Amino acid sequence: MSGVLSYLVFFLTTAAIYSIASLGLNLQWGRTGLFNIGVSGFFAVGAYAYAILTISPLTGQPGLGWPVLAGLLGAMVAAGLFALLVGIPTLRLRDDYLAIATIGIAITVQLIATNEPELTGGTNGLFAIPQPVAGWLHGSGGVAFLILVLICVALVYLALERMIHSPWGRVLVAIREDETAASSLGKSAFSFRLQSLVIGSMAMGLSGALYAAFIKFISPQDFLPIFTFQVWAMLILGGSGSSAGALLGSLVVWAIWTLSGGLIQAALPAKLQVDSGAIQIILIGLLLMLVILFRPSGLLGRKRPAVHRSTVPSKEQA
Amino acid sequence: MIGQLLANGIILGATIALGAIGLTMTYNILDFANFAQGELLTFGAYFALIAVSAFAGVHSTFGALSFGWPMVVALLLAAALTSLLAILVDWLVFRPLRRSSIQVALVIASFGASLLLRHLVVLIWGPQPAYYTTNIQISTQILPGVRVTPDQIFLVALTALLVVGLHFFLSRTKLGKAMRATADDPQLAQVTGIDVARVVRWTWIVGGSLAAVAGVLYGMTVQILPEMGFNLILPLFAAAILGGVGSVYGAVLGGLVIGIAENLSVLFLTPTYKPAIAFLLMIAVLLVRPTGILGKPKL
Repeated sequence: MSGVLSYLVFFLTTAAIYSIASLGLNLQWGRTGLFNIGVSGFFAVGAYAYAILTISPLTGQPGLGWPVLAGLLGAMVAAGLFALLVGIPTLRLRDDYLAIATIGIAITVQLIATNEPELTGGTNGLFAIPQPVAGWLHGSGGVAFLILVLICVALVYLALERMIHSPWGRVLVAIREDETAASSLGKSAFSFRLQSLVIGSMAMGLSGALYAAFIKFISPQDFLPIFTFQVWAMLILGGSGSSAGALLGSLVVWAIWTLSGGLIQAALPAKLQVDSGAIQIILIGLLLMLVILFRPSGLLGRKRPAVHRSTVPSKEQA
Repeated sequence: MIGQLLANGIILGATIALGAIGLTMTYNILDFANFAQGELLTFGAYFALIAVSAFAGVHSTFGALSFGWPMVVALLLAAALTSLLAILVDWLVFRPLRRSSIQVALVIASFGASLLLRHLVVLIWGPQPAYYTTNIQISTQILPGVRVTPDQIFLVALTALLVVGLHFFLSRTKLGKAMRATADDPQLAQVTGIDVARVVRWTWIVGGSLAAVAGVLYGMTVQILPEMGFNLILPLFAAAILGGVGSVYGAVLGGLVIGIAENLSVLFLTPTYKPAIAFLLMIAVLLVRPTGILGKPKL
């Protein structure tokens, strides 16, 4: 396959993996108003769980050698369990406590990944991670895996859309918009929020597992806060609250990210290239700020995107 | 051993306390969790580095301390420039969002601002660690089995002085009282004729200056790094929440508790897990007493 085509496959696979995390974030933030800024933590839990479950013990690494499908499911369960861990102490309190707790879990997961070599390979990371459908469509590069990832995106999209438009999904929005009214109708805000947090985090775990399977190597350096920031940028640019927006945002932000990286490499003198990552982040950061300020509904979002100040009784209650 | 760990804990705790005061004040008066607070510490440390390098030819040291007059100038400059930076970020980012009244947008924006500022530091000063001086300080024994450097004693003394000063500022001056009133009820404060915009400005000046001093002190006793502030953000939040959001004395108490707990944890855990201790303590407090030790039930 030619260079351009194989690069396109690589680009699309990455964007699709990101989009699963951003679909999960859309359920949490876009629909429920849960402020998760530890996306990289749940992504890392999924990636490590998949790697540890599926890596063959014959490689001399901590691995159980399970089938890849069990690895993918295990990754989702693991990320869901971590979500329970942060959700239970914080979801009864004011909104930003969840934010602080999720960033805390992201930092803690990274500490564990770095400091427990018997479990995670430590700073050396884990390698030889099995990839599903490897070797199918022989000679097509990564097309078979791209198709698998796209199927996962479609499944997650359909499942989440179904949930969002079910009575369950309407309760989420009701709680986000007016918690007192929803509670007085007998809906337990805490329980619904927890469910949304866990399900969204499971999508992030799946996204992490697919990432591990795609790159076949993971180390703590893959799960920095920058990932959280990228996923947030994707959701906000695409349109918070809309699953289609999350998909579009993933494609657009990842394209901007990749192109700006290429441009910086081509245009800047070698001395400044060490910091090209920094310039990219500043660019995306500025873009994100402009979107929040001037088009808070994003590309595909509804006109009234975020929680309005006067409709947040939890602030006074908690 | 325990004595030394306690001393190390108080030293780290004093730094955390200074940073957490600014955090708890903006949290209370402007009503949002400012994730860019850590970067104010980082910028404070680097602003001071500019002044210290400018005076590189001046050889002055106070007694056994590692620094002299240039560091005094550096501290003042760092406090002034960091306050300006905080006001600038507020004016560019937070102020428009306050008007648009989307509540959590402020928090997202502060998370974005934090990343942006952190990478700006990398761009300007490079990713490598920096130091104010290459001199090595000899630690002295102050109690049996407890050794500290003169700089560390200075750090704790300056923190204590600043906290007492802040106490008098908040309880005796008109501006300090206006700040407390605005924190309690912004609408009521406005009705009684308090200039809320001025209060917001001064909140950033006080919080930014204390953050800058915390950054300089951390840089002086540990090292200066672009990630230093981000690495402290979890302890800062843990301290603010532990003490009770909005309570200045709570932040000081919380800072000391977190600093001491992180150092004592070395007795049972590898030191690399220190930051996770702040997180665990925070989760425990949120479960048992979400208003914190000194917090009012209102928040």
